[in-house]
Amino acid sequence: MAAQPISRRRMLAAGAVLSAASGVTAAAADLTAKGVPFKPNSATFPERTDVSGGYVYFSQPEAAFIEAACARMIPADDLGPGAVEAGVPVFIDRQLAGEFGHGTRWYMTGPWPKGEKTQGYQSRLTPAEMYRAAIKDIDDVSGRQNNAPFHQIAADKQDAFLKGLESGSTTLPNVDSKAFFTMFLQNVIEGFFSDPIYGGNRDMAGWKLIGFSGARYDQREFVLAYGKPYPLPPVGISGRPGWSRES
Amino acid sequence: MAQTLPKTDAVLIGFGWVGAMMGQELTDMGLNVVALEKGSWRDTPTDFATTFAQDELRYYWRHELFERLNHETLTFRNNDGQTALPMRHLGSFLPGSNVGGSGVHWNGQVWRFLPTDFQARSHNVSRYGKAAVPDDMTIQDWGVSYDDLEPYYDKFEYLCGVSGKAGNLGGQIVPGGDPFEGPRRRDYPNPPLDMPYAPMLFAKAASETGRHPFPHPAANSSRPYTNPLGVQLAQCTFCGFCEKYGCGNYSKATAQTTILPVLMRKPNFTLRTHSEVMKIELSPDGKTATGVTYVDAQGREIFQPADLVILCAYSLENVRMLLLSDVGKPYDPSTGEGLVGKNYAYQITSSVNVFYDDKILNPFIGAGALGMMCNDYNGDNFDHSGLGFIGGGYIGLMQTGARPIETHPTPNGAPTWGSGWKRAVAKNYLRAATISTHGAVMSHKQNRLDLDPTYKDALGRPLLRMTFDFTDNEHKMSDYLTDRAAEMGRAMNPREIKVNKRAGSYDIVPYQTTHNTGGAIMGANPRDSVLNTYLQSWDVPNLFVPGANAFPQNAGYNPTGTVAALTYRCTDAIRTHYLKAPGQPLVHA
Repeated sequence: MAAQPISRRRMLAAGAVLSAASGVTAAAADLTAKGVPFKPNSATFPERTDVSGGYVYFSQPEAAFIEAACARMIPADDLGPGAVEAGVPVFIDRQLAGEFGHGTRWYMTGPWPKGEKTQGYQSRLTPAEMYRAAIKDIDDVSGRQNNAPFHQIAADKQDAFLKGLESGSTTLPNVDSKAFFTMFLQNVIEGFFSDPIYGGNRDMAGWKLIGFSGARYDQREFVLAYGKPYPLPPVGISGRPGWSRES
Repeated sequence: MAQTLPKTDAVLIGFGWVGAMMGQELTDMGLNVVALEKGSWRDTPTDFATTFAQDELRYYWRHELFERLNHETLTFRNNDGQTALPMRHLGSFLPGSNVGGSGVHWNGQVWRFLPTDFQARSHNVSRYGKAAVPDDMTIQDWGVSYDDLEPYYDKFEYLCGVSGKAGNLGGQIVPGGDPFEGPRRRDYPNPPLDMPYAPMLFAKAASETGRHPFPHPAANSSRPYTNPLGVQLAQCTFCGFCEKYGCGNYSKATAQTTILPVLMRKPNFTLRTHSEVMKIELSPDGKTATGVTYVDAQGREIFQPADLVILCAYSLENVRMLLLSDVGKPYDPSTGEGLVGKNYAYQITSSVNVFYDDKILNPFIGAGALGMMCNDYNGDNFDHSGLGFIGGGYIGLMQTGARPIETHPTPNGAPTWGSGWKRAVAKNYLRAATISTHGAVMSHKQNRLDLDPTYKDALGRPLLRMTFDFTDNEHKMSDYLTDRAAEMGRAMNPREIKVNKRAGSYDIVPYQTTHNTGGAIMGANPRDSVLNTYLQSWDVPNLFVPGANAFPQNAGYNPTGTVAALTYRCTDAIRTHYLKAPGQPLVHA
């Protein structure tokens, strides 16, 4: 087959994508390397998520759902803090406000026929859009069933509702309920176990619960300590409380 | 109108592991080499330093080191009865992007295929009869033998400073190594990594039940090592962030840690990043590549003429580039004609979780290729009579670092969320381990790659379309491996095990392996292969296509060692034969 001619406009669009992808502006970058193009003092440190000032993506009713649902997904109990106490709702909020929420790295070009399960995510909604549509639908369905939005119904009813979404037995008018639940569960677990710089896993609650050592650099001396408890507390990319001011 | 640059001796399309090996060898021959990489430069202290490399969310779940699918992806269907739809986000496999390619985020699992793997058809037919290979199973012999590749496997292992224990030194079986491996000329350059508790518990159970466990060969350095190019690797510190991550400690062998510090300084080498090749340009008779057209960061179309074109992107992209460039004839399963896109294969994986009450395993202490393995059920190391399948895979217990978003195993019956889930995760995280199986996929008539009729990439080119499903052979083989893994798991005397078989159609969502193979396969003659055994195009002799695309079918091992060995065999042939008669076929059809 003959290759299609490439329009100038398409090339420019693609060039822009490449530049944005790497954080390199075309004007500033020396893209032809003779020698090692190593840039001293230019490490790509992760950006600490600012969790101050409340929600930035979720509206008030949406935040009410997220907080209520997170409290059921990982409850606070005798084992320790749950998802809410660990900051998962704000973690999800910030993730949806950023690259992940916009599906920046995803292929989001149509057409959009319904696919097989083995073909994966085929919604035209970005993650942020899916949360918005799903929460509205959930509160509508809950309103019809219980005369109250999700966050106002009893915990056992909330659990039953979430199980219905998980199994697909509860359907939503505008969103694939299983696709939403799968994403939400994944994001809750991310918020509970990711490095605290992203706003979740507050005080390393998730890591302390299970005994994960965190962002440790050198664990050589414990490799052969068969059956012995690991003696050090978890540490994050920004250190840990009592060791650095910003952890 | 494309701008035309001065001609170069050789142009590399893509600059990952294979690109770096090719660049190093071709510049050694005195050639002027230009590498075109669509992504950007990246390096250890800037992109994955030890102060921030251990970040599960950023690197794995937000895909920082991987292909950006908004730029290009592929479409997928299980069979011709379905419409292929785009892979909209990554899942089953994780191709890399930027300098170093997927080699930056690999585990460092360095395997040699078995001698009989290279005779997949003739060996199985001679041992089990013609009926052992069904008509629609399109497996082939490779056209090279293990002995042909042995020197090149050795070269790669010494480049990487692989840590391991030989099991077969020149035909002598060595205790503690893999007794099933082909003969090797010398031991690994470094001794095995220190082995944590869980893999040792597995090894004990495997031995006691008659299997032959040995330490996984690891491109994670067990001690300080200076490779033959003079590049230093540091001792691995078991941080547990190898697979899907870059190594901040210069312990994992990658293009960056083994070749680039030497290659980048050579005056006859040039790297152009943000340069995406659109197509390979051919002479009017279609028999010579004249160079490549690429698009730079500013969207300019540029023609880079070259005497020698090396297509060394990821295996899937290599196949797409051939199709986009009209090199060879696309495969049509209905007629059996054409070869480009034929024999796409993958691997089939499964696992068995082992849960203890009384043993603390500290699973977060890990390295990419750290574990105890057995090859008793790989390839044709066991009698397949009456089993109804051919091929096999390794079984082993690896401790790669239990990053908790990805790894928090729970036993049968545990809830998937809520307070019961929390209790199960808290109880089991430190006391669980996973035995994995890693099985071959044979090539089949319907499993293939071609260009999608509907979906396009950001540059307007058709996406690659993958048509793939597991067949009976894979399911029977994987179930057999999983049953053996469960036996070994029970022999570890845990509280309980959980068996995770791979059931049903291939699903592109859950992560499995980034071991996509075939589509531009090698062989002994042009009637059934796209490339000769030196990875030279039969149709366009000044074009070489090194990569896992050359595998006629997949084996039960990680592919990188074999990709590297084939690449070094290719560069040797270019050095000793091709350059004396440039543009001529190295093998006459």
